[in-house]
Amino acid sequence: MLGKLTWQAIPFDQPIPLLSGALVGLILAGVLIWIVMKGHLPYLWREWITSVDHKRIGVMYCLLALVMLIRGFIDALMMRSQQALAFHSGGYLPPEHYDQIFSAHGTIMIFFVAMPFVIGLMNFAVPLQLGVRDVAFPTLNSVAFWLTAAGALLVNVSLVIGEFARTGWLPFPPLSELTYSPGVGVDYYAWSLEISGVGTLLGGINIVTTILKMRAPGMSYMRMPIFCWTSLASSLLIIAAFPILTASLAMLLLDRYVGFHFFTNEAGGNAMMFMNLIWAWGHPEVYILILPAFGVFSEVVATFSHKSLFGRRSMVVATLAICILSFTVWLHHFFTMGAGGDVNGVFGIASMIIAVPTGVKIFNWLFTMYGGRIRFGSPMLWSIGFMVTFVIGGMTGVLLASPAADFQLHNSLFLVAHFHNVIIGGVLFGSFAGYAYWFPKAFGFRLDERLGKAAFWCWFVGFYVAFVPLYVLGLEGMTRRMQHYDRPEWYPWVLIAGVGALIILCGIALQVAQLWYSIRHRARLREPTGDPWDARTLEWSTASPPPAYNFAVLPTVTSEEPYWDLKHRARELGRLVTEEPHYEPLEMPRNSATGFVTAFFAVVAGFSLIWHIWWLVILSLVGAYATFVVFAWRDIHEIVIPVEEVERLDRANRAARARALEAAR
Amino acid sequence: MSGALEVAGEALHSHASPVSGHGMGGPAPKRIIVGYGFWIFLLSDVVMFASFFAAYAVLFKNTAGGPSARDLFDLHNTAVQTGCLLLSTFTCGMAGLAVAERNMRWTQLMLLLTGLLGAAFLSLELHEFTGLVARGAGPTRSAFLSSFFTLVGCHGVHVTAGLLWLGTMMAQFQAKGFREDIRHRFLCFTLFWHALDIIWVGIFSLVYLVGTLPAEMLP
Repeated sequence: MLGKLTWQAIPFDQPIPLLSGALVGLILAGVLIWIVMKGHLPYLWREWITSVDHKRIGVMYCLLALVMLIRGFIDALMMRSQQALAFHSGGYLPPEHYDQIFSAHGTIMIFFVAMPFVIGLMNFAVPLQLGVRDVAFPTLNSVAFWLTAAGALLVNVSLVIGEFARTGWLPFPPLSELTYSPGVGVDYYAWSLEISGVGTLLGGINIVTTILKMRAPGMSYMRMPIFCWTSLASSLLIIAAFPILTASLAMLLLDRYVGFHFFTNEAGGNAMMFMNLIWAWGHPEVYILILPAFGVFSEVVATFSHKSLFGRRSMVVATLAICILSFTVWLHHFFTMGAGGDVNGVFGIASMIIAVPTGVKIFNWLFTMYGGRIRFGSPMLWSIGFMVTFVIGGMTGVLLASPAADFQLHNSLFLVAHFHNVIIGGVLFGSFAGYAYWFPKAFGFRLDERLGKAAFWCWFVGFYVAFVPLYVLGLEGMTRRMQHYDRPEWYPWVLIAGVGALIILCGIALQVAQLWYSIRHRARLREPTGDPWDARTLEWSTASPPPAYNFAVLPTVTSEEPYWDLKHRARELGRLVTEEPHYEPLEMPRNSATGFVTAFFAVVAGFSLIWHIWWLVILSLVGAYATFVVFAWRDIHEIVIPVEEVERLDRANRAARARALEAAR
Repeated sequence: MSGALEVAGEALHSHASPVSGHGMGGPAPKRIIVGYGFWIFLLSDVVMFASFFAAYAVLFKNTAGGPSARDLFDLHNTAVQTGCLLLSTFTCGMAGLAVAERNMRWTQLMLLLTGLLGAAFLSLELHEFTGLVARGAGPTRSAFLSSFFTLVGCHGVHVTAGLLWLGTMMAQFQAKGFREDIRHRFLCFTLFWHALDIIWVGIFSLVYLVGTLPAEMLP
């Protein structure tokens, strides 16, 4: 009846996962009860859960990322504390538990923190920057988000019911095959990523279609903001790379479930094929993450330097060059696995070539700042912190790209330090910059700057204290994923790295405090003009928060920085440049529960697949199909926003802008 | 193919608009957006098939002492399958014409024929698969057979999904008529069905034809 699921699946003998699971369960239950008691449930259902508004969906993506960041960071703290204690001792985490923690940490941080964060920012900002009212497929967008959330939920269920994978963030066979990993851990991993991977793919299709087919009148490709360009490149990579992940995990699952021989040691299976396939997805994946962050920095640096971006065209060319080159370097992830000197040489050189377009970008940002009037707001601090940190990470990357050096450093803590250097210093700093930059646009009030800057400094200093020791440890020969060790020369560096993790913890605590404080004091932090940073792109021309339809009238674009030009003219004249437009009622897509219901069935299907509950698998698949039919059968797709409402909101925005002009005189 | 041509025609039209092309005339019409998005989805689907093709190519010779492609494949069965699928593409195109003419009877008839041909294709594939398993050449026998069953089976799963979609489509036409959004959906369906044909041409050539070449001609 329940397949492999029995009471043995609950780890009663392990207090840590059980207690933390119980705590999380209690908090969740508490929040739910509070929501229901306060009567917020209908509001949440109407305005968020069933919303197909790209801005709401973007915010929910970012919220998911922030929550999962805390989960993933707790794993990191456990790893650091384990290694701090495990000198000449077993520490407090037994190996089978420690292995699950580093696997969960990597999986969560990449798939459920970095990915939702950058996709959330793309979802929020791209249609606003393009000057349009929504993405190409609003309901599909909601489905994509909820599938991502479904994957995240499944990973967290593994904490209490069963176990998570012990095979690292990428499940290399033959270790991940049934023979060596007979438990449900790898199945949890694979099914969560299959489900969230479909969500990511749908999101990517949506962004590409939006950018290529739905831009404001007059917005040619070269007039698109750089963030839209990098979002386009990143989404194209999603479309080309994620199906490979889906296929390779499907092959692994076939091996595990029905005894196929893709990657087994027996019957002609080829484990190296998994390496090639997974890295053919995995290397583009890091560019999927970093390109949107590059876009955020381009917007922030230009805005906070009070200048147009230096070398727009070269920025676009560099972005697309990275997009293509990212598919030519995957083999550098396994130089040591016997491909031979010639092959390694080709891939080593290809890897080093990627540093060229990236270097172009760094110089573009530096020259944008050169001669500018720089304001050191928190988005700009994250950007400058990124430039310093990412250059160091890039250089250690070039070191690793040399096969000869890689033979010494492969799978050592040097590698761990390198990829944290580029992912924290690049993707995470970029996401935080975007979060601080667009928060006032999303909610109409700013985040508290004092706490934000303090959080930045903790992250920045904490990062160096936590990861520079790992470079040293890697050079001293310490490999990654060690549960215990007995080399005295490593011990002090491991302790320093632990201190670094604690400093980062302070940064995260300050960010939580910042959010809480800013919400409490939102009246004081209110931002009435819609343009708090004196920015340059179209999203700042509408109100904060923007109305559901974004723009009462689609803007007509005549230059690279249409909003900046308009604002400049208005300042010279001392009044609004445009006359009040002729308003019309607007049609917007109707809310739909399709995404949420689909994700519900996806969770049930995933869970019952993991535990071999076959009747429930069939039932949930039928349910998912029925959901689509119900959606396909609906007759009314749109609601009409009456002209009075459009008029009222746009007049308020125009009045706020006029007041700001008045005040500036 | 009518659906694809329609999209191409519309794209040309928008290029001829006075705003100098490259999408500068504002957001494209809904039909273009839907068709375009679905093209991109198909592209990603092709990438997924490419991974399975690659796995098949890598594992082709790993028969683990078991039967090889030459021992197993029956080109007669495959020829009939190919005929069914190509014919179903023709009837699907006819359905497209009937939709353009708003002719319900011909639309339903052609869609029904498409579905029947698809079902015939599937039952032949099932027949082949059960035959192989009965001869001890199931997917668990060797890495070669694992990759063969996965590649061809993945196409079969797509055809099954297509049949489910087709049935839903027929019911929708019947219940809702030739409404605009349903015609958009039908456009996507025709694209999907034709794409499955293209994948099958790949499978037919690279798996069945190459697989039955004399041993000395194999790479």
